[in-house]
Amino acid sequence: MKRFKDAEHLLRLAGLFVLGLLVFGVARAELVPATFGTLGHYRAQAIDDVRAKPIGYAGQAACAECHADVVDLRAQARHKSIACESCHGPLAKHAQAPEQLTPKLPVARPLCVHCHAANTGKSKRYPTVDIKDHAGDESCVTCHKPHNPKIS
Amino acid sequence: MDSTRRDFLILGTKMFVMTSVAAAAFENVLAGTPEAAATYSTADHWWAMVIDIEKCVGSGHCVRACKLENNVVDEPMYFRTWVERYHVNPLDMDHPIVDSPNGGIDGFPETYPDATTTGKTFFVPKMCNHCADSPCTQVCPVGATFRTNDGVVLIDKDYCLGCRYCVQACPYGCRYIDPRTNTADKCTLCYHRITKGLQPACCEVCPTGARQIADLKNPKDPVHEFLRTHQIQILKPQMATGAKVYYNGLDGSVR
Amino acid sequence: MPGVQGFMYPNEVELQWSILIVLYPFITGLVAGAFILASLERVFNVQAVRPTYRLALLTALAFLLVAPLPLQLHLGHPERSFEMYLTPHTTSAMAMFGFVYLWYLMVVLVVEIWLDYRRDLVLVWRESRGLKRALYGVLTLGSDNISPAALRIDDKVGRFVTILGIPSAFLLHGYVGFIFGSVKANPWWSTPMMPIVFLFSAIVSGIAMVLLLYIVLSWWRRAAIDLRCVDTVAKYLFFAFLVDFALEMLDLIHRIYEADESFRALDFMVHTKLFLSQIVLQILLGTLLPIAMLAVVQVARLAPRARINLYAAAAVLTLVGIFAMRWNVVIGGQLFSKSFLGYTTYKLGFATREGLLPAILLMILPFGILAALLRVLPPWEDAAVHGREIQVETAPL
Repeated sequence: MKRFKDAEHLLRLAGLFVLGLLVFGVARAELVPATFGTLGHYRAQAIDDVRAKPIGYAGQAACAECHADVVDLRAQARHKSIACESCHGPLAKHAQAPEQLTPKLPVARPLCVHCHAANTGKSKRYPTVDIKDHAGDESCVTCHKPHNPKIS
Repeated sequence: MDSTRRDFLILGTKMFVMTSVAAAAFENVLAGTPEAAATYSTADHWWAMVIDIEKCVGSGHCVRACKLENNVVDEPMYFRTWVERYHVNPLDMDHPIVDSPNGGIDGFPETYPDATTTGKTFFVPKMCNHCADSPCTQVCPVGATFRTNDGVVLIDKDYCLGCRYCVQACPYGCRYIDPRTNTADKCTLCYHRITKGLQPACCEVCPTGARQIADLKNPKDPVHEFLRTHQIQILKPQMATGAKVYYNGLDGSVR
Repeated sequence: MPGVQGFMYPNEVELQWSILIVLYPFITGLVAGAFILASLERVFNVQAVRPTYRLALLTALAFLLVAPLPLQLHLGHPERSFEMYLTPHTTSAMAMFGFVYLWYLMVVLVVEIWLDYRRDLVLVWRESRGLKRALYGVLTLGSDNISPAALRIDDKVGRFVTILGIPSAFLLHGYVGFIFGSVKANPWWSTPMMPIVFLFSAIVSGIAMVLLLYIVLSWWRRAAIDLRCVDTVAKYLFFAFLVDFALEMLDLIHRIYEADESFRALDFMVHTKLFLSQIVLQILLGTLLPIAMLAVVQVARLAPRARINLYAAAAVLTLVGIFAMRWNVVIGGQLFSKSFLGYTTYKLGFATREGLLPAILLMILPFGILAALLRVLPPWEDAAVHGREIQVETAPL
């Protein structure tokens, strides 16, 4: 046992390391989230957290439930393939409680310009006008009804 | 009771019941309670996106809608999706002139005369490519970002350390650190919407239908026909990321 | 966009990794280099550098203790950093590095220092009273066996740990290089040479730091400088520097020759945004000049005082140069756009969380810790410890 006596300090060191490993093991068991690793190297609950995010845009189908007349009008016009919320913004809250939340109408000029300004690099097939020359400071909707923009 | 009144009553009852059920179901959708919405199984889906360069007019509606739907930081230089405008002189294809003013959120300024002979101009929407062999998930030290079984790369905001390694590893520049939470953030393909049968916000509002969500596991999805009949590219194919955003009409000068 | 030249992807404009992430490889590099110097004597029996052995180990420990601090300050959620130990993602170099760091600190450095100092610790413990006695009691783990047999066992185990420590030191800093070198998205970083370049520059910086500390501390203590020691350390510094320089030149020449898609953008960046830090600080003042100074000593016969001053000056320049190298890799890698069409600017704050002030404080801290270690574990009496006599040719003060 003399050898043991001379190496005793090393055994104390080894004991310290074993203790450290045990503490680590316990910490790991306590602190790793419950759903971690069930589907892959991540917390499976995170997927549900993402799916539970609130909806902002209701989608065209929701608008059609109450505003069928507008849908019919637009179906014949140039803007028929543009979603309602593309111009009117996210309206899921409005679809949920129509009377309580009446949305504000979008301001025409800055909005229409995004698609229809000339000299921005759009394809030649796409309808554009030179914003500076076309109708001065007048609002676009003075002449063009957005649901049926063609001036007859 | 004669038949017409009886028919009316039956039809009325049916419509009432259906609308109530539909309304109730939509209530659940709006409230964000997925358990009450129709059952969704990840094994049935493999999500991708198709972007048609020939259709994009740089309206910026997608950039705006994404920020609104996903509560993205309003201040500039944090984008889950953005649009770039390329102006390419055919004699100097190695040096396209590219701009993306505030990500294209307010459209683009009037810089290029329409009947220009100096080159071609087009718009390229960019977003997370939801790579099948994603380098960003590879480098995350703790497993805070991952790819789901239905092909969407997501971030676990409650687990992310904010070490920024994933931001460095993405070849496409689609990630950023949200200054409000100090965690990584990026496009989620509107996972909270597509798992309920809705379109991503960017696809919903695109005025020309340039952006289309695609489910490659759905045999009826129009993406199959589209991929078969068009010349399709992904960004930076040499990186072998397995990117799943398929571009139609992507020019060679696009970075 | 202010500070942006050309086109950057919108999310790239703001830099992700700051000066703190420059500091981190610099500090771990000093650790690895100091340890390699220590192992020269312990494993390869280069007796001449014995006077720096304990100093090198303590320097390595002081810097290694500070190393995680810039990382903690940088993280968005430092309180979650333990997640790297709980759920390490085995495909992530950063995660695996957490274990390499822990292994190196605990098993290599602390054990080696403990084994080498144990006899002195026990002697001080026996002679102390009160709080000092308690402290040294803890440090000896309550064991006071310093019989020749026990010390022989310590020597054998210590030698084994040092042998284990050499690849561990390589792994410690090579891993940092790999963290950058494995990022395929960034052509400034992505090269298999990155871990090797990092490692050799680490060795250079570590040797330079210990050399400088030995000279400065000897002057401060009014102690004689062992000339044979500093001459030998400087020689190793010189040769390590030649290898490091050759590796960096190889990388540079290779890039220029292949001229891949990223080359023009990177070349422009080096000549404009990185001109001061790369061409002037790293290459001219930080590499070529110290190499020339060290080469002069190898070929000319200089008086001892002149040699020592030259070594100290060369060491300072070397440390500046290696810091600049880390800066150029980390910051440089984020100044250009991955579209290769534009550049951004690094806005370094001062008294912000990741600003210049915390960086300066973090660089001063290791010296504070070293000062404490030098009190508790003095390295100077080592001539008597292992019973070895050293022929010392000293320089007049």
